[in-house]
Amino acid sequence: MNTLLRIPSVTGIDVELKIAGPGARSYAFIIDWHIRVLAAVAWLSAATFLIARMHGAVSPGIRTFSLVSIVPSLAIYFLYHFVLEIIMHGRTPGKRMAGVRLVSRDGGVPGAGALLIRNIFRLVDSLPVVYCVGLATTMVNRESLRIGDIAAGTVLIYDAAPTDDVLQSLSARAVERLGLKQAEVVRDLLGRWNELMPDARDLLALRLLTKLGRAPADRDDAALRTALEGLLD
Amino acid sequence: MSENAKTARWFTQRLPAWRDIAGRLANLERGASAEPEDLLAAVRSYPEIARDLAVAQRSSPQGQVTRYLERVYLDLHRTIFRRPGDLKHEIPMVFLRDAPAVARTLRVHIAWIAALFVICAAAGAWLVATYPELVSLFASEQMIDHVMRGELWTDGLLNILPSSILSVQIFANNIMVALFTLCLGAAYGLGTVYIIGVNGLMLGGVFAFTAQYRLAGRLFAFVCAHGFVELSAIIVAGAIGASLGEALARPGPLTRGAAFQQATARGAKLMLVLVVFLVGSGLLEGFVSPDSAYPLAARLTIGLAYFALFVFVLSGGADKVLTRNSAQRSKGAALLVRAVFNRDSKREESRLKTAPTI
Repeated sequence: MNTLLRIPSVTGIDVELKIAGPGARSYAFIIDWHIRVLAAVAWLSAATFLIARMHGAVSPGIRTFSLVSIVPSLAIYFLYHFVLEIIMHGRTPGKRMAGVRLVSRDGGVPGAGALLIRNIFRLVDSLPVVYCVGLATTMVNRESLRIGDIAAGTVLIYDAAPTDDVLQSLSARAVERLGLKQAEVVRDLLGRWNELMPDARDLLALRLLTKLGRAPADRDDAALRTALEGLLD
Repeated sequence: MSENAKTARWFTQRLPAWRDIAGRLANLERGASAEPEDLLAAVRSYPEIARDLAVAQRSSPQGQVTRYLERVYLDLHRTIFRRPGDLKHEIPMVFLRDAPAVARTLRVHIAWIAALFVICAAAGAWLVATYPELVSLFASEQMIDHVMRGELWTDGLLNILPSSILSVQIFANNIMVALFTLCLGAAYGLGTVYIIGVNGLMLGGVFAFTAQYRLAGRLFAFVCAHGFVELSAIIVAGAIGASLGEALARPGPLTRGAAFQQATARGAKLMLVLVVFLVGSGLLEGFVSPDSAYPLAARLTIGLAYFALFVFVLSGGADKVLTRNSAQRSKGAALLVRAVFNRDSKREESRLKTAPTI
């Protein structure tokens, strides 16, 4: 399995992007599926309710009902991925929550044509039920691509680039004292502090501080965190 | 100065520049309305960011600074090297040049798929003519009941649904069939062959069945306004699907994935044109075909004219006509310019002749 997508460039500096596997892909899809089903059902219910209120006991006719209720609901359900991937530059709410995004093979945002092809091939990927073909393809493909991705030349990657604020929190003194690599490890651990189990983060913090020769006498959770924060001042 | 001190100095000095260019990149996402100085700054910073990225990759290969710079560098690369988009020009070109060029490339596939369809239709007709009970394989019970009562299932279709809704349902269904025919080419073309074969068998079988009840003429009258283009579009979609299958089976010098992607991108342009024609067919099937006010001659004329337009567009005829008109206009303009120039030259000549000499 290739876990990295290498993007060559004219300057000779290659960039490597981490390819998302079937797990992250499924997680994003499940979130998106719930959002689009809820949005479509919400529209259908609201439009049906409004039509019923406006027309009272008189039937509005199949044409009005179709145009106001059914067609927009189907459009929300079927065009959700295509439209949002264009607007959000290769992301959808589900992909954003799963920390992944779509890129073309040159690392850029895929064009509307490629996104259209990718979504049309859902017809095959979703066969016979619940995306069995697509999921099986991602499991056997070296780059975890489904058929739609192969056809469109798109790759799903982890979208984990840090923000400006993360960089800002790395002080020059910390880099000078620890070196860039160590300072980043400390910053990374502090960034994930609340996501980790207390035992795991204390163990990691203690190992890191010992390696750097800054292990505190008091080894409780708060003291270890304070010691790490002290390294970045 | 220690290595760490050098890195710290580099980091402190360069961080404002990285943040500045990241901000400018957000502005550049606006495209044509972006400020020129943002674009110039992006171009100037491209080699600098590349150099910074190289330093970061050496100092901390998978670190946060490296990942941040990779993102900025990729965005810069995409912004600077992105092809200018011109949809107003590109979409007409798909209809005028790209789709006809793809159709020419796929003419062998189109011929094979059309032959398969005709053979399957003939086989379906022969099967039902020889073994009438097999019609249940190709038609629903409701359709069979209608025909046995001496009427077509399409009779009184407009009493059930208005033409507009009927049209939308029909073209949505036809577009889905065409897309399935194309996409199932991903199964080495076998899915496409299956769909084309089944559709051929159904058409032949149903026609043979209606013929047994002397309704084939009425069925043809119903089908002829929309059917020529509808069936042709599905056959061409089948040809695109077959080309996808061929790209996987015989990728040539490319990898299978790259050949498949190339074949899909090529076929998508033709598919776009087919979708537009299928919408037209759906409208005809909703508004003309079920309406008994249209006699057979009118239906046939509409159907053949629409088919002629289909062939005209896919053979590149529209482009030839437009190019010829444009050439004639250019020639006319050139003649006009020359005439004006000659007139002005003659005037100047006569002015010089009459002018007093010094």
